[in-house]
Amino acid sequence: MNKNLFWYPALGAAFAMPFYSLPANAHGFAGQRFFPATIQTDDPFVADEMSLPTVTVNPKAQDGSRESDIGFDIAKRITPNFGLTAADQWKYIRVPGAPHQYGFDNLETGAQYQLFVDASHEAMALVGLDASWAHTGRVNGAGADDFTTLSPAFDFGKGFGDLPDWLSYARPFAITANLGFDFPTKTESAGNPNPNNFTAGAALEYSFEYLEHHVKDIGFGAPFDRMIALVEWTSTTNLNRVPNGSVTTGIIAPGLIWAGQHYQLGAELLVPYGNSAQGHGIGGVLQFHLYLDDLFPNSIGKPIFGD
Amino acid sequence: MRNSKFRVALSLLLLAAATPRAFAHAFPDHAQPAVGSTVSPAPAELKIWFTGKLEPAFSKLDVRDASGAGVDKGDAAVDPQDATLLHVSLKPLPAGTYKVHWHAVSVDTHATDGDFTFSVK
Repeated sequence: MNKNLFWYPALGAAFAMPFYSLPANAHGFAGQRFFPATIQTDDPFVADEMSLPTVTVNPKAQDGSRESDIGFDIAKRITPNFGLTAADQWKYIRVPGAPHQYGFDNLETGAQYQLFVDASHEAMALVGLDASWAHTGRVNGAGADDFTTLSPAFDFGKGFGDLPDWLSYARPFAITANLGFDFPTKTESAGNPNPNNFTAGAALEYSFEYLEHHVKDIGFGAPFDRMIALVEWTSTTNLNRVPNGSVTTGIIAPGLIWAGQHYQLGAELLVPYGNSAQGHGIGGVLQFHLYLDDLFPNSIGKPIFGD
Repeated sequence: MRNSKFRVALSLLLLAAATPRAFAHAFPDHAQPAVGSTVSPAPAELKIWFTGKLEPAFSKLDVRDASGAGVDKGDAAVDPQDATLLHVSLKPLPAGTYKVHWHAVSVDTHATDGDFTFSVK
């Protein structure tokens, strides 16, 4: 796949889009609930947003190697309910006693459709299909897959703002979650099986912004009145082609997100669990995330068609 | 060719960083009476300050009592001297809990909604 086929039209569109004004609403709102863009798990909303960069230092692998990544992703609404995504990352792998390895991972793209946004119940959901494209990254050295993987997913989010008065301090809680599958288009690579996977993830969030502005003004000043504490959880379970039965691996990631007017900052620890081959110890991730709809409300920050 | 991805990504970041905007979704900054507070005597006016300037034609604010009856005077308006301030006059309020609902449209047309309560004792 010629990578220019994606990137150059995308950049061209950023400059060429007409500048006109229509009402707008975007990036993770369901009524008064604001869902931030989470780092480990998919968001349940289509948006005009961009993460640049996402810097990840992963936990050490079983062989002692440690992978660090610099990632980039962008989401663009085509219509108010349909969006496209693209993501890639540059990997740097330190291997004890061996030359370090580096290179780009495969390009990932996605198409998403917003099923609903229920303002009164602070709920939303979408369906999506992601694809990781074979041979768009560095297979030898950086370990990019030599096969394409298709991943249908269902993402949803729910805020707890409709809890009764006696649970008012729990209203700032919200949860987002994903369910999906990975279907590799090649059953094995270099003698290793490429299983189908069941994937699941969730983020439990507590919004101090919601607490301050919708429940009780505690008196938090900046920057605490825009913070969201969260714990993310991811899980991948092999469904077939694994000689010793299914294996589940995943990450638990506690962290903080600060959401401002035009961008958000996120930081999380990465704690692996499950199969020991995944790694041990802890890692960390930092992310700078831009709200394109607020930065460019009349151009690239709005749907191309309709509003 | 791999470096071209970084150049494009860097260009987008610089484009974003180089374009200052006073616009964005308008979030509440603080209110008077404060969110979730209990006050005495009853306030004559409800004020909410937002994090950005509001569009007067589309921003709304109303206050209701526990039965859902309106207790504001229907004169909600963006303050002409401070476009971040939305306020409404209140009828005389007996003791009780009141629900405030606001609809804020920022000057770039982004809309946000929200509500909160305060009590009079």
